[in-house]
Amino acid sequence: MREVYAILTIAYRDLLKLLRDPARLISSLIFPLLFIAILGGSIQSNWGSGLGYNFLTFVFTGVFAQTLFQSAAMGIVSLIDDRENDFSQEIFISPISRYSIILGKIVGETLVALVQGIGIVVFGLLVGVRFSLGQVLGLIVVGVIVCLFAASFGVIILSNLPSRRTADQIFPFIMLPQFFLAGVFNPIKILPPYLDILSRISPMRYAVDLTRGIFYAGNADYPKVVLDTPLLNLTIMVAAFLVFLVIGTFIFVRSERNR
Amino acid sequence: MTPIIEVQGLIKRYRETTTNAVDDISFNVAPGEFFTLLGPNGAGKTTTISILTTTLAPTSGEVRIAGYDVVRSSSEVRQNIGIIFQQPSLDLNLTAEENIRFHAILYGLYPFFLTFSMMPRSYRDRVHELAALLGLENEMFKKVKKFSGGMRRKLEIIRSLLHKPRVLFLDEPTAGLDPVSRRSLWEYLGKVRHESGTTIFLTTHYLEEAEEADKICMINKGRILSFGSPQQVKANLIEDYLLIDAKDRNQLRAELQHLGIPFSETPFFKINLTERSAQQVIKAIDTPLTLVKTHNPTLEDAYLETMEHA
Repeated sequence: MREVYAILTIAYRDLLKLLRDPARLISSLIFPLLFIAILGGSIQSNWGSGLGYNFLTFVFTGVFAQTLFQSAAMGIVSLIDDRENDFSQEIFISPISRYSIILGKIVGETLVALVQGIGIVVFGLLVGVRFSLGQVLGLIVVGVIVCLFAASFGVIILSNLPSRRTADQIFPFIMLPQFFLAGVFNPIKILPPYLDILSRISPMRYAVDLTRGIFYAGNADYPKVVLDTPLLNLTIMVAAFLVFLVIGTFIFVRSERNR
Repeated sequence: MTPIIEVQGLIKRYRETTTNAVDDISFNVAPGEFFTLLGPNGAGKTTTISILTTTLAPTSGEVRIAGYDVVRSSSEVRQNIGIIFQQPSLDLNLTAEENIRFHAILYGLYPFFLTFSMMPRSYRDRVHELAALLGLENEMFKKVKKFSGGMRRKLEIIRSLLHKPRVLFLDEPTAGLDPVSRRSLWEYLGKVRHESGTTIFLTTHYLEEAEEADKICMINKGRILSFGSPQQVKANLIEDYLLIDAKDRNQLRAELQHLGIPFSETPFFKINLTERSAQQVIKAIDTPLTLVKTHNPTLEDAYLETMEHA
């Protein structure tokens, strides 16, 4: 029971820290909002009629999934310098299991990312993206799945990084290409073979596509926008989640003390 | 009495380095003792404390805290120790009470609840007690960000004692504090120590902080230079000597040999003053001297000298 309380505490602390720091919440939303409003809005106005589907909605769903994915993954990677930071030092020297630390952090970063997701949904509504209550509920459920998946991706990255510096240096190379390979703002329905392979090994692709699969369900645009069925995406994500989490946690726990 | 901390042949070499950060050190700490690990930056203090607090694995050697091995029983060790880190370990955007509550839950003292008012009665009483002790009755529910540096340190100490640790580790706790806060922190720590009987393990590079300790272990470059009570360490460190020289060095040399006064030539004649006073030496010498210089450093000088030469 004690480990459960510890997991809840670690997760709650992450959420509380975000809520107590409105500046951080706002700054985390700036880029997603720019992409949706300016990129989505401008392309929709100029090329929208030729595309055959609403581009603003397309970018909105992509950015929603991408933001959650990135936030959760980066939140986990932040564990790397937590040994020297604020209350996190306390967590590392407390008598709780290292597995509880990872688990608590995953739950916490999922909550943090979901708060950002809610911000994006509200903003989407403001700039003219139209959706039903059912679709919002769908986004929340799929958001949780995306976050857990991204967190496991964060764990496998974390376990292979020696330092914060390295993390800062390589993170853009891990994240940025995925923006495009996952089709966050660009259609990837048709790709040349080499890009298709790269796209299929990008974890973010499955997060984005699952989100669209749920959001566009029953919609006339579904076949134009969605790549694979939600079931296929979900299966791949669950399998990858387990592999990333088990291997990543094992390496992290082992290497944490062997410096 | 069995020692509360036993360190035997501890060695730590970081990966991809060629020298040992901690190079075969051994010492014991008795329960209730105020123990200080003294040394300059880079001496191996933080490495040692990290191993003792289980956040770093030793390369070789044995370390036991309260009878538990730090490698095999790290969870038990953690339950028995409190730590004040070099870097502040409070969440500034959370309140003092939240910082305390999260610590208490991590150490299994209370179950998890979302707010203070939902926590058990015993916990709430405890917090009010601690607040009174710190003189923070009105600030307990304010963000720690609003606290002064000295106040934050006290809050950290209070928090680290919540689970009644047998040993309290402090890693350069006064770094970054002004002299007034520093003084008040030490008075406070002294009080805590007398009330709880907790063993204190301090690392510092300030000699004056070490002088308050029961035992000092002075290290540099991963090795122990001196160990004992502050008086013993002082006696080991301070070397009083007299430097003299003469135009006719042969005559002076012959005279000193004749008088039976041991000396070394550096090229000046260096005479140790532990056996005799400077006055006795000079009075006994007839050779005209061109140089007379005594060396009797303060403890501070001796410490700095030792560190430079080591």
